[in-house]
Amino acid sequence: MAASIVVENATKYFTLRYHRTFKEVAVAKVKGRQTAETFRAVDDVSFTVERGESVGLMGLNGSGKSTLLKMINGVMRPDEGSILTRGRIAGLIATGAGFHNQLTGRENLFLNAAILGMTEPEIRRKFDDIVEFADLGSTLDGPVGHYSSGQKARLGFAIAIHVDSDIFLADEVLAVGDKPFRVKCMRKMREIRNSGDRTLFYVSHSPESVVKMCDRVLVLEKGRLGFDGDPVEAVHYLRYDEEDDIDDESLANDI
Amino acid sequence: MTATTPDEAGLPPLQPPSSDNGLIGVLRRRYLLKLLVRREISARYQGSFLGLIWSYINPLTQFCIYYFVVGFIFNLHADIPNFAIHLFAGLTVVHFFTETFGAGTRSIVRNRALVVKMAMPREMFPVATMLVSLYHVIPQVVILMVASLLSGWTPEPVDLVAFLLGLLICGLLGLAGALFFSAANVFFSDFGNIVGVFNNFVRWGVPMMYSYAMVDQRFGDFAKYYLYNPLADAVLLFQRAFWVGTVDDPDHQAVAAMPEHLLLNGALIVVIAALVLGVAQFVFSRLENKIPERL
Repeated sequence: MAASIVVENATKYFTLRYHRTFKEVAVAKVKGRQTAETFRAVDDVSFTVERGESVGLMGLNGSGKSTLLKMINGVMRPDEGSILTRGRIAGLIATGAGFHNQLTGRENLFLNAAILGMTEPEIRRKFDDIVEFADLGSTLDGPVGHYSSGQKARLGFAIAIHVDSDIFLADEVLAVGDKPFRVKCMRKMREIRNSGDRTLFYVSHSPESVVKMCDRVLVLEKGRLGFDGDPVEAVHYLRYDEEDDIDDESLANDI
Repeated sequence: MTATTPDEAGLPPLQPPSSDNGLIGVLRRRYLLKLLVRREISARYQGSFLGLIWSYINPLTQFCIYYFVVGFIFNLHADIPNFAIHLFAGLTVVHFFTETFGAGTRSIVRNRALVVKMAMPREMFPVATMLVSLYHVIPQVVILMVASLLSGWTPEPVDLVAFLLGLLICGLLGLAGALFFSAANVFFSDFGNIVGVFNNFVRWGVPMMYSYAMVDQRFGDFAKYYLYNPLADAVLLFQRAFWVGTVDDPDHQAVAAMPEHLLLNGALIVVIAALVLGVAQFVFSRLENKIPERL
């Protein structure tokens, strides 16, 4: 099989600045305080995803999942190491996916689809499908600023899923959708997974859906790759399967 | 890693996901650029009653102020024939530059939502701003042409060349400045303010409210250093295009003092401006890496 995503020793530094103005920085320097701190959001991560594989990415909040996803998507570049991808990438980086609040849903649809690399005839051809999938009704012609987070996610997902992508990235997309929409999304994602030649890269906190959707799971821990392998073992590694507080947990899974 | 194994045949190559960025990437994605430009044009005056008319009110009021203050109070009407056209030609091209530079500098921060989450060449935003400014130049040029024709101007091919050179200089330099400062503006919004200050200087550093004849007269041999300001040349090129033809007396001192080899110098400046744009692109792609985390 051909590689689809090749990540080699990728490291991304983030700099936390405590002071922004000249005065604050000067005062802090005089007092001998630190004015900035650099840390590794993604730390020396290496892995290869084969074409057609569906890979889950798990980890606690702040473990670097979104940063890694942004680098694979091309929004950020790694400071060290390299990331190579093959073919067209589409997907959602968190909910909302970069909409302009002043523009209507329809205008955002065209803009977003064009950013994801669709051509004009392609968008026109798929327009009805996208609108139908998003199922926003008359709100489509209202400004996106008035949408709920769920509605934004629906539109974003509907656009991304209709791109003929070789790699599909999904970042906690389902967290805000209602149940019928989540079911629809899962069906679409399963289509991608079963296509055999499209790569699915799926970020989720839900052990159930990861086990169902993915052949392999990567676990990030404070930016480092802690685990790479079987989904069930990954869930165990993360201790997401421990039944310490069964009621709350089963509730949390349903959220 | 790049060596192709048999089962990779017919597949797109492995490459960095952000590889098709830069100004070349912008040119490749013209449809997206078109959408962005159209959105900018409709969004710039969104929620305003007069809408697009504002982009004419702004230069027109400036024109009126300069026309009365400089023309009547400083009495330049006497020295410069068809002073209104002399002034408006300069104002049009300078306004194109300051708009490209000023709005372009703010463009990345203003489009924060897209920049942080979507993968696309970020040069798209300054370029779109430049095209929007160019769009707003059109009606001003129409006004200018009508006024010049009424004042006895017969268009010549050389006028068109001068006009295009002037536009190119301002477009390229404005874009170069916008690229550099839009990235810097993400780190410190001070840079946006610097651009505002700079744009104030521009209005007085070019021969539109006064004539080049005055510069030539006062500065003597040093006048050639004045011409090192590429925007001054752009203004002179615009005046060559629209104003010179309207002056009845070709030996009038205001026209006779126009610098020699204006077109040749203009072409040279276009080449230099293209190089400056290349440098700005280089700096931009260096700074770009840190943009998403600082926005």
